[in-house]
Amino acid sequence: MTNWTEVCALDDIDDEDVMRFDHNNHTYAVYRYNDKVYATDGLCTHEHVHLADGLVMEHVVECPKHNGRFDIRDGRALGAPVCINLKTYPAKVEGGQVLVQLGG
Amino acid sequence: MPTAETNTFAGPNWTRTQDDYHLISGAGERAHAAGLVNASWYKCPVPRPRMKQLMQREDAQAIRDTVLWYALIIAAGAVLVATWGTAWAWLAFFVYATIYTGPADSRWHEAGHGTAFKTRWMNDVLYQMACFQVLRRPSVWKWSHARHHTDTLVTGRDPEVAVTLPTDLLGMFLNLFSIKSGPRELWRVLRNAFGILGEEEKTFVPEMEWPQMVKEARVWVLLYAVLIASAIYFGSWLPLALFGLLPVMGGTWLYTFFGLTQHAGLPENVLDHRKNCRTVYMNPVFRFLYWNMNYHVEHHMFPMVPFHALPQLHETIKADCPPAYDGTLAAYREIIPAVLKQAQDPHYYVVRPVPVTAA
Ligand code: FES
Repeated sequence: MTNWTEVCALDDIDDEDVMRFDHNNHTYAVYRYNDKVYATDGLCTHEHVHLADGLVMEHVVECPKHNGRFDIRDGRALGAPVCINLKTYPAKVEGGQVLVQLGG
Repeated sequence: MPTAETNTFAGPNWTRTQDDYHLISGAGERAHAAGLVNASWYKCPVPRPRMKQLMQREDAQAIRDTVLWYALIIAAGAVLVATWGTAWAWLAFFVYATIYTGPADSRWHEAGHGTAFKTRWMNDVLYQMACFQVLRRPSVWKWSHARHHTDTLVTGRDPEVAVTLPTDLLGMFLNLFSIKSGPRELWRVLRNAFGILGEEEKTFVPEMEWPQMVKEARVWVLLYAVLIASAIYFGSWLPLALFGLLPVMGGTWLYTFFGLTQHAGLPENVLDHRKNCRTVYMNPVFRFLYWNMNYHVEHHMFPMVPFHALPQLHETIKADCPPAYDGTLAAYREIIPAVLKQAQDPHYYVVRPVPVTAA
C-alpha cells in the first residue's frame, strides 16, 4: 500500500532549494531541483542539524553546521564530516502539489 | 572593558588547569553534564532569502586569490634561491616563509569548510596543499575543526583552543615559530604512518576515517623523505628551506598574529559566538592574507557563508552583535593585558557588550 502524503504546493519551494516538513514526530527535507522533487530525512547524519537551513547547489545539499554535503537524489554522504548516508523517500508532483511517500 | 568573572561550569570550586583541555581529562564529561556539548547556540535572525544570497558560492574570487598567492610564493621562492649562500638569504627566507605559511592557515580553513570555491575538487586540492604548507594533517584537522565549531571553546571538548589557561606564555612565544607544535605534529605524522593514532584524536575522528589518516601520513612521510634525500643529494639546506617544517617555523607568526584575535581572552563555556569570538576590522592586505576570517563572529555563527560574503553578512547582523574592533591594534590592546592577566587568574575573561535587544 502506498502512503503518499501531500507536503506543499510545488510553488512553495524555489528551484535549488529545500524545505522542512514535519510529520508524525519525524523531520523530512523536501527539495526541488530542475523541476523534479526529492525527499530525504531532514536531519544531518553528523550532528542532527536541520538540513532545511542549508544550501542546495544543483543536486547537492550542504549542511549549515559543518558544511557536510549529501546528494539529494540518493542521500549519499559526499565526504567528511558526514560519513553516513541520508535516508531518501520517493517524491513526486501531482496537480501542482508535492507528494512524498513517507517512511512507514 | 574587561571584567573578571568566575566561570562555574563545573561548580564554584572548579580549579582550572591546563590538563582540563585534554579531551580525555574528564572536563569534557563535566561540560556534557552542564549541557554545553553539541548544544544549540545563539543565532542572529537573518531572513532565509537573505541567507540564501549570502551562502551563494563562486569560483572567481578564490581562483584569483589563489593564483595571486602562489605567484607571490614562487616570486619569493625565486628570490630565496637567488640569494642562497649570501647574508640576504636570511631575509629572503623570512619573507618566503611568511608568504608560504602565513596565509596557508586561512586557505586551509576556508577550503576545509568547502566554501572557498564553488567547484568541489578545487576546495579539495587547495585543502591538501594548504594542510602541507601549514603542517596540519588533513583528516585529523578536518574533524578537529568540525568539533571546534560544534563546541567552540568548551573546556575539554574543543581541540583548537589557541590560548589554554592559565596562559602558558613561554609556550605561546615558542609557538610563534612552531618550536613546540611543529616537531610535535611531525612526530604524530610519523606515528600515524605506523598506524599509531592518538587517544585524543580518536575521540573526534570517526573510526571509519582512521585508515585515511594512516594513508595521508604515509604520503607525507614519503614527501619528507624526498625532501631530505634531495637536500643530501644537492648537499644543500635549500630544499628544506623551501618546503616542509622550516618554512612553517618561519611563517607561523603571521597566522598566529591574526588567529589570536579570534578568541584569545574571551570566555569559555558560553553558547553565544558574540561572546567568545571577535570581529575585527582589518585593512585590505590583511583581509587578503587572512581571507576575511577577521569576521569571526559571523563565520562561527554561519559557517555556510563563504569568505567573500562575510563583509555583507557582517552588515546584515551587526546591529545584533557587539561592536567590531576598529583594527588589529585595537584588538591587541585588549588581548595582551587579558592574556597576561589569565596567566595569573585563569578564571578571568573579557566580557563583550552583547546588545540587550538580543535574546
Ligand atoms: S551537523 Fe551536518 S555536517 Fe555536521
